[in-house]
Amino acid sequence: MKIDQLSWMIGGPQGSGVDSGANIFSRAVAYGGLYVYGKREYHSNIKGEHSNYVVRVDSKPVLSHLDEIDFLVTFDPETLFRHIHKVVSGGVLIYDVNQENISIDKIPTIDKAANKRIKAFLSERGVGFSVGDVVNYAKQNGILTYGVSYSKLLEELAERLNNPQIARMDVMINVMAVAISLALLQYDFKFVQEAIKYVFKAKKKVADLNIESARFVYEYVLKNFVQTNYKLEAVDRNDDYILIQGYQASALGKIAGGCRFQTYYPITPASDESVYLEDNAVFDLVDGEGKGSIVVVQTEDEISAITMAIGAGLAGVRASTATSGPGFSLMAEGLGWAGMNEVPVVVTLYQRGGPSTGLPTRHSQEDLLFAVHTGHGEFPRIVYASGDIEEIFYDVVKTFNYAERYQLPVIHLIDKAMANAIMTVKKFDISKIVIDRGDLVESFNDGVYKRFKFTETGISPRARLGVENAVFWNTGDEHDEFGHITEDHEVRTMMVDKRMKKLEVALNEIPNDDKAVIYGDEDAEYVVLSWGSTKGAILEAMEKLKGDGYKLKFIQVKLLHPFPRDLVIDMLGSSKYLIDVEQNKMGQFGMILKREILRDIDYYVLKYNGRPMSLSEVYLALKLILDKKANKIQVLNHGD
Amino acid sequence: MAIKIDEIKLTLNDYKTDVHNDWCPGCGDFGILQSVQMALFELRVPRHKAVIFSGIGCSGKTPHFVNVYGIHTLHGRALPFAIGARLANPELNVIIVGGDGDGLGIGVGHFVSSGRRNVNLTYIVYNNAVYGLTKGQASPTLKLGMKTKSLPKPNINDAVNPIALALVSGYTFIARGYSYDVKHLKEIIKKAILHKGLSFIDVLQPCPTYNDINTKDWYMGKDRVDPKTGKPMPRIYKLEEEGYDPYVYNLDDGELEKKWIQVIEKSLEWGDRIPVGIFYVNEMTSSYEERIRDVISDYFENPPVKQRISTDGGLSNVNLERMLAEFSTRLG
Repeated sequence: MKIDQLSWMIGGPQGSGVDSGANIFSRAVAYGGLYVYGKREYHSNIKGEHSNYVVRVDSKPVLSHLDEIDFLVTFDPETLFRHIHKVVSGGVLIYDVNQENISIDKIPTIDKAANKRIKAFLSERGVGFSVGDVVNYAKQNGILTYGVSYSKLLEELAERLNNPQIARMDVMINVMAVAISLALLQYDFKFVQEAIKYVFKAKKKVADLNIESARFVYEYVLKNFVQTNYKLEAVDRNDDYILIQGYQASALGKIAGGCRFQTYYPITPASDESVYLEDNAVFDLVDGEGKGSIVVVQTEDEISAITMAIGAGLAGVRASTATSGPGFSLMAEGLGWAGMNEVPVVVTLYQRGGPSTGLPTRHSQEDLLFAVHTGHGEFPRIVYASGDIEEIFYDVVKTFNYAERYQLPVIHLIDKAMANAIMTVKKFDISKIVIDRGDLVESFNDGVYKRFKFTETGISPRARLGVENAVFWNTGDEHDEFGHITEDHEVRTMMVDKRMKKLEVALNEIPNDDKAVIYGDEDAEYVVLSWGSTKGAILEAMEKLKGDGYKLKFIQVKLLHPFPRDLVIDMLGSSKYLIDVEQNKMGQFGMILKREILRDIDYYVLKYNGRPMSLSEVYLALKLILDKKANKIQVLNHGD
Repeated sequence: MAIKIDEIKLTLNDYKTDVHNDWCPGCGDFGILQSVQMALFELRVPRHKAVIFSGIGCSGKTPHFVNVYGIHTLHGRALPFAIGARLANPELNVIIVGGDGDGLGIGVGHFVSSGRRNVNLTYIVYNNAVYGLTKGQASPTLKLGMKTKSLPKPNINDAVNPIALALVSGYTFIARGYSYDVKHLKEIIKKAILHKGLSFIDVLQPCPTYNDINTKDWYMGKDRVDPKTGKPMPRIYKLEEEGYDPYVYNLDDGELEKKWIQVIEKSLEWGDRIPVGIFYVNEMTSSYEERIRDVISDYFENPPVKQRISTDGGLSNVNLERMLAEFSTRLG
């Protein structure tokens, strides 16, 4: 019996409640004190295409997902066809018995490539192409299959509640499926009830009906189904935890960090953050300070989004915009203007698969080099990457501090994996949030104000628009200390030096802990170098490898530009083998590393199929390397 | 002790900088610059409360010649820059200046979208039908078939109608000025600054170097002499002198529709008779700032720029408890 360790998946057509089902499951489990990591996959589509949610549960913190599935919860045949091969022996399949005769060829949303692949898999094993065939195959492989007639369950529920309409309420099937799985896990119903209440909090009637339905399903399962090999038991936990998604962490970080102006143009997966901010535009301040607020503007395009945020930055307000690759491409010129005029602005860049429209709803880490090099000419910027949802919250505040202190644009790299993942993390501690506005001039009576005054650090006292006696000029042209246009060759050199000097200063001042973090065995010969959301899978894979007796260390670089070269070299110590792990084809981080530390990369573990790296595949890839059996480049390709 | 701006006697010169002006001799831009300086002076707008945003081109240099905050932005993007500043600090008087190529070519998306917002700003377009700084290519306001002297072939594009476009985009103050009539233009700019909402002023501004068609002499009708008087018959006439009423008094009873048709009709006049003056004023439509106030009730008293974001000890002054409670995994 496996207790409190589970990899659970629900799938179904978009619009059928896969998300809310997964939310109910995650929340119910989290209410019981268990840790959750949920990964969401969906198509660029509103209704009908396949989506799925994998939730990993454990009694200790979980940071990533597994390829293997213990519980596959389905109510449509597509989910079954697409994912059955991942279900472990001894695992559980929940399916609709009324669909047993449906053939894979009758499912238009399984596109040609997937149809061919699944059929090949089934044919190799002598399995037919209908749901019934696949269920039999599952049984033969030790999977416990639980056939349910959702329509019959609905009819019985309608009878019990004396409401014939319920018999046709297919919209409740998602919650029924979730309830079946939780009943099979013998999980305390009270948490399920609370989770349903939470997810449908805006619609009490819907909540009540779904609770009735879940209760009914619980009874049904107890009466009719045999036990599984899994059990979820609530645990007591003293600390306060939250269950939160990456975009929400970023939005909360912005509010806590003093961002009072946000712009955006709708784009997946970045706009969730801005919409959340719009929905929470007015918020509480500490006692006696009343309410704070953030102005959120939906712009006509991303050019407007970045330039409007810069305008607010000029007015002395912490301002930002959130976007993804295509939008960020449009922001290039604006970013350069902010660099040229030393205006603080934060761009939260939610990476997704590119180039062009690429994979709009899928994950990647393809924009690192672009973020470091965006725009023409040379100007200072800071590029900062968070590794998980908890980091995002605290990092957002740092990005605003950097933007104001060094008076430059900061690009905060997040990605689709983190944006849409849901995770239990320690409740954010706002008492840790330090606000550093740098040399901000609120009043000026000291002669003639020069916005771009030459100083030793390159940082000039920064007046905002509206400060008496501190009128200044800005221009995208090269300019003098006042901000007036000049093409003088000497001033030009001095101004370029001034602007770029700030990066040196930033590199000196930013604490090492905020630049890069080292994990694992410091003396290990093998060192994994990575950035961003690969962190979770790497850390858990390392833990597992440690259990196998391997020594390994991991350097997570957070400050990607300016690059903390000396620190990383120091952290490498006597490591012999460098392993670059990242989610792109070119090994972009590896390219930066090579350039900075002047060492070659020994191994690459790359993935660019639009799906985040799993613990399972990172573990195997690193193990191959440690066993000296790996090729220089390993391309991971697990997907769903 | 700090010198309070309103305590000292401002002169027109206080609104001028000593930056060398490198526009061509006789350029229409000078008249616009002068009108802006005079409008700010006559309204006694404190220097630190005024910001001029500009785009790229000859007009883009304007802010450097005015002694108020001056932000010379990107080609076509002055509007969104300005909107950001104004929404962050609604106490700023914000003027945007730009060329016709800047606002109606590369920046036309912002031109239209800004109308939908109706932020309290004054937008002045220097309309000379050519791209001057890049040596005289056709701009979006050059008529189809026209061949100015620097064009190798007649213009193959038709012209956009700035007045009509501003109207259908939602601008709530629409006017046209003539750069050589500084007194008239200055008064329009003053009214535009005082207008609640987004103002647009299309300024006919001859480019003496590249536009040899719409010249000062052409606007003044030097090419057509009244046979009776022997004097030139100017093409430009003033709307207000013909009893034109630009004001929208209410949004009901088809009033708005009538005014819109009137503006469209006037916007089509070109060639022999070219109207200048105020085409349209509508203060009935809410400003963007007012719409924000509907969501954030203390927006005007406590706009982004006035908000404290940290405690005296430099820590965040936000209380996140209520928001974090949403995500809590603790029951009850």
